[in-house]
Amino acid sequence: MSPDIQLEHSASLANKVFIQRDYSEGTTCKFQTKFPSELESRIERTLFEDTVKTLNNYYAEAEKIGGQSYLEGCLACATAYLIFLCMETRYEKVLKKIAKYIQEQNEKIYAPRGLLITDPIERGMRVVSFECAWLCVYACKSISMGEKDGGRREEVSKQE
Amino acid sequence: MHLGVSESMRECEYSQISTRSSTPMETPYKKRTPKKKKWESFPGRNKFYCDGRIMMARQTGVFYLTLVLILVTCGLFFTFDCPYLALQLTPAIPVIGGVLFVFVLGTLLRTSFSDPGVLPRATPDEAADLERQIDVANGSSGYRPPPRTKEVVINGQTVKLKYCFTCKIFRPPRASHCSLCDNCVERFDHHCPWVGNCVGRRNYRFFYMFILSLSFLTIFIFAFVITHVILRSHESGFLNALKDSPASVLEVVVCFFSVWSIVGLSGFHTYLISSNQTTNEDIKGSWSSKRGKDNYNPYSHGNIFTNCCAALCGPLPPSLLDRRGFVESDVPQLAPPTNGITMYGATQSQQSHMAAATPLLQQQSSEPVILTASPDDGGSLPGRTALALGGPCTSLPLGQPTPPTSTPSLSCHEATDMLPIHGHNHPHNHSHPLQDPGAHHHFLTPEEAPSPPGMLPCGSPLGHSHTMQAGFYNPASQDSLHEDSVRGLVKLSSV
Repeated sequence: MSPDIQLEHSASLANKVFIQRDYSEGTTCKFQTKFPSELESRIERTLFEDTVKTLNNYYAEAEKIGGQSYLEGCLACATAYLIFLCMETRYEKVLKKIAKYIQEQNEKIYAPRGLLITDPIERGMRVVSFECAWLCVYACKSISMGEKDGGRREEVSKQE
Repeated sequence: MHLGVSESMRECEYSQISTRSSTPMETPYKKRTPKKKKWESFPGRNKFYCDGRIMMARQTGVFYLTLVLILVTCGLFFTFDCPYLALQLTPAIPVIGGVLFVFVLGTLLRTSFSDPGVLPRATPDEAADLERQIDVANGSSGYRPPPRTKEVVINGQTVKLKYCFTCKIFRPPRASHCSLCDNCVERFDHHCPWVGNCVGRRNYRFFYMFILSLSFLTIFIFAFVITHVILRSHESGFLNALKDSPASVLEVVVCFFSVWSIVGLSGFHTYLISSNQTTNEDIKGSWSSKRGKDNYNPYSHGNIFTNCCAALCGPLPPSLLDRRGFVESDVPQLAPPTNGITMYGATQSQQSHMAAATPLLQQQSSEPVILTASPDDGGSLPGRTALALGGPCTSLPLGQPTPPTSTPSLSCHEATDMLPIHGHNHPHNHSHPLQDPGAHHHFLTPEEAPSPPGMLPCGSPLGHSHTMQAGFYNPASQDSLHEDSVRGLVKLSSV
């Protein structure tokens, strides 16, 4: 019985939560800040909202139409867009900042709580996904469910 | 008979399990394609060149025609007309012509070769998550209504987001699915056969620059070829002038016919840019005041200047397709895309547990065991469908009588439901008669785009949906399968 109960507990961790895009302001990249119920027990609401809001701000910065983007656009047009062979666009620079930010957040905040954020760019900018960091270990453990050391592996996974 | 079936099932599973530990099913898969790049396994109908750097539509014949027309006309101009004009008038003529020519060619190649803003298809996890959300919204009923739309309010205007059955995503606003390329494209304008690519968010400015500069070039060549002929005819008569520069006749003819269409097109796109609309929206009349008094374009920035600047000088988003990245097999996190191997693993472990407790149940295949274990979650059933469709041991019919829950009917319905919906949706969207691409070259919206022979839903629904389903349902069921197998253990041990 007890291994079954332990397994059932671990089963509830095997989840991916997807935060969808918020199109209320048009086609600009923005993610919904609504706190999903699946993460209720995993992370504090304020931390989650902070992360998503910061990401939204970064994307707004990347897509901002202002002096700098006009300059970049005109310069690119004047050089027949060859300038992009040697220069990075502003958007790409901001995307690098975002990747760094996500990595930081994962290390400091999410990994200690057993979660992992994937960069939206890897999902075609459709979603921000929060994955259970123990998922990979759980998968290995469940495959070897019939084996003797199933119980031991479980403990190892929980330690991780 | 019952025993025989289960025995053969068991045999299949055991043999698969014994090989699974050393993962030979995966290793040959990996060994065969050690470092495959993502563009090689891109699901859309695109052609890739230069190791994924260049991306074009499948039918590129008309693009080569465009290239030939431009090169030949300009070549003739520079060879036959420019020497005379440079001497008689000014050497600035070939210089300006040269600059225009380089610009036209550069923008054409940039339009044709770049990613128009293709949205990558949903990963199986995302697709499953969306399906679950839709199920919840529909009240988990067995019947799923075909059109899936979401309504969003953008700047006060209600916009319907449609669900794309091919890409398994809710299309962002202004995105559309191109039937020729079989991709969802962001801010889809139209599919242009003349440039051999879709025109979307990422290459619209290049396209506009191309047609604008081509208009200037066409007018330029037309004007100066006529000037050349006139100057020559002043010297030696009209017929002699034509005899001296025969190429001029060809150039004039080409330019004359091009000017009307290209200048007209530039004007049209200038209007579209200034009102921040796509060709798609304009042709459908999405934001026309004829639809309603309160109908307005929610994407417009208000004034023409801002709209133009935003379209032409706005930030250029990078490609969402990592074309030259390597395909990763998500082994640690998800089930590998090998038709349910780990599911067999789960079922085998299921069976080993069951063997001790309930020998009667063991006679049935492991699949109904999983089904009974899932009271309300439809997640495992698609997995069963995948097993039925994609697994090598498909000795079980889809309609297994044993499971008491109503969800098996969902899975059967789902499997068959996917195909008609798939087939239904595309003809519905792209049922307009084929327009001659030569005549109205730039007005091919997805509705009007010519249906390629054996269009995807009709041509290969089974193959496509089959792999999609097998891939789609597999990891989704993987997650819920473990959950359900756990519940199953608890349930069955109580029996």
